[in-house]
Amino acid sequence: MAKVKLLNAIQSVNAQGDKAFVAYMMAGDGGLETLKSKILFLQEAGVTAIELGIPFSDPVADGPTIQLAGERALANGTTLRLILQELEIFYKEVTVPLVFMTYYNPLLSFGLEQFAQACEKLGIAGVIVPDLPVEETVELHKALAHTDVALVPLVSLTSPPDRVAKITASGEGFIYAVTVNGITGVRNGFGDQLEQHFSQLSELSNIPVLAGFGISTPEQVKNMGALADGVIVGSSIVEAFHQNDMEKITGLIQAAKKRV
Amino acid sequence: MMVNTTEEQRIGRYGRFGGQYVPETLMTALKELEGAYEDAISDSSFIEEVNYYLKDYVGRETPLYFAERLTKELGGAQIYLKREDLNHTGAHKINNTIGQALLAKRMGKKKIVAETGAGQHGVATATVCALFDLECVVFMGKEDVRRQELNVFRMELLGAKVVSVDKGSGTLKDAVNEALRYWVSNVEETHYILGSALGPHPFPRIVRDFQRVIGVETRRQIVEKVGKLPDAIVACVGGGSNAIGMFHPFVEDKDVALYGVEAGGSGISTGLHAAAVAGGKEGVLHGAYMYILQDDNGFIQEAHSISAGLDYPGVGPEHSYLHDIGRVKYTSVTDAEALEGLQLLSKREGIIPALESAHAIHFGGELAKKMSPEEILVICLSGRGDKDVQTVRDALGVNNIG
Repeated sequence: MAKVKLLNAIQSVNAQGDKAFVAYMMAGDGGLETLKSKILFLQEAGVTAIELGIPFSDPVADGPTIQLAGERALANGTTLRLILQELEIFYKEVTVPLVFMTYYNPLLSFGLEQFAQACEKLGIAGVIVPDLPVEETVELHKALAHTDVALVPLVSLTSPPDRVAKITASGEGFIYAVTVNGITGVRNGFGDQLEQHFSQLSELSNIPVLAGFGISTPEQVKNMGALADGVIVGSSIVEAFHQNDMEKITGLIQAAKKRV
Repeated sequence: MMVNTTEEQRIGRYGRFGGQYVPETLMTALKELEGAYEDAISDSSFIEEVNYYLKDYVGRETPLYFAERLTKELGGAQIYLKREDLNHTGAHKINNTIGQALLAKRMGKKKIVAETGAGQHGVATATVCALFDLECVVFMGKEDVRRQELNVFRMELLGAKVVSVDKGSGTLKDAVNEALRYWVSNVEETHYILGSALGPHPFPRIVRDFQRVIGVETRRQIVEKVGKLPDAIVACVGGGSNAIGMFHPFVEDKDVALYGVEAGGSGISTGLHAAAVAGGKEGVLHGAYMYILQDDNGFIQEAHSISAGLDYPGVGPEHSYLHDIGRVKYTSVTDAEALEGLQLLSKREGIIPALESAHAIHFGGELAKKMSPEEILVICLSGRGDKDVQTVRDALGVNNIG
């Protein structure tokens, strides 16, 4: 099945001259009972899509902020199964696309087919698996084949052109372009070759390219947004939710709009 | 010392096990490593260099020692010990770190990152970094830093920076997580010297190939001594590097029974153990598809063993495969049994084995009793026990040492 839900949401934002803004949040941080209010808050605040982190015991691609959020979520007893159950209660109220961010082992344990079916039922628009490079995606692609759940690939600064071509060719929804060599988290600066990297990416990719990892201020949202079709903001939103600082979140989201 | 490349190994798979489940940022480094490794092992000067250091620096070859008193006491098979405890730094770990450090130099990498559990791999890595002038960072779980204080100081004496990891359970798996995060963040100038037959391709293969020297020497030595291959071989298995190095040259010899001994901790039925084959399920951790201790949600569980070196919740992909096809029989030995094995070897042969190796000694002893005196049994004595003396004293209580 064509993967259109996530793609359309991003392209329609871009068509209005705005940059896409994908907000990451950790499901179960602060308790699963807060999941609905947080998702609806982000939706009201004008995000393009929401990346919903599934906590994992060994999150090797995550920096300290998201690791801690994951530990809090695990301490609350959060699991993929319980997240799906909670979403079932209110998914019909969610109009922005939801994208799961999960490590691979919880999916293997849950069952790839069962996961695909659950996503389809809840209208999940995509899934990002940070420890699943393009070489290992065959099984998950197969499980998702008959759904509108996009398997969003990551491209890194270290990916050479032939790999980038291979990744973008099978990419769905959008390309998650990692802006630093490293793990998730707040950073002060980025390398100076980013501009060239993103222009190459845009040329190779038929789907939107979004920049993620280390984007934490409205200024960085604007600067990175200028290079790409949109941004993904994680750690600073996770931290703002944890501190109950909702203004900070709306400020970040507004920075992706054409006029502020 | 290097070997065949079967179809499975070329794509980093052992049956359905193995693979490369890592962040995209590391894929280029893994491909670079794979290319550099293929290039190195087809270069005779590289092989000569590795062999030179193994001989003159590490002290290879290690003896295959006939344990006569132990054999007599048990009254069964003739027991031979492969003395990896006699290597420089006291364990088999240095076979791999010598090879990988030379590979890192060849790739032009200036920094080395490693994880360590008991500290043996950390010490072996810090040692070769001193030898080859490489900057060295070792991640070690907070709990292991406490348990293995002296090894931390050893690494520091050798010039390494030891970083204590307080995330998660503060043991080996968390140290691997941090080492992987460090590698992702410093990938261009850094090589990761993984210490066991684990992780994404090509690590399980590289580690196995550098550890194969154990089995290759054993094969030659036993034929020289008794004129035939052994009837059985026993090695302990955490991630599985000494075992795969010992087993691999014998895999095609169907008459040689191979036994891998996992850490049974307080007993498999208690759930407090580190036996991934006996008590785990298939899944992905640290880059590879293999048997892993995990709960019903796919969260990785903590391993439990008196031996820090076996305290890991997975078993390498090639072991997972060898179990699957039935070529190697995996079994387990509890903490208490390992302590018996340690005392037995200490008193009968004057050799204090590492707690890891003591697992193999205990199972090997029980196996020998069931074999006939004409039969030959080889046990891989992967390391010496000096590092464990404190742990053993605490576990036994001084009064129990009779």
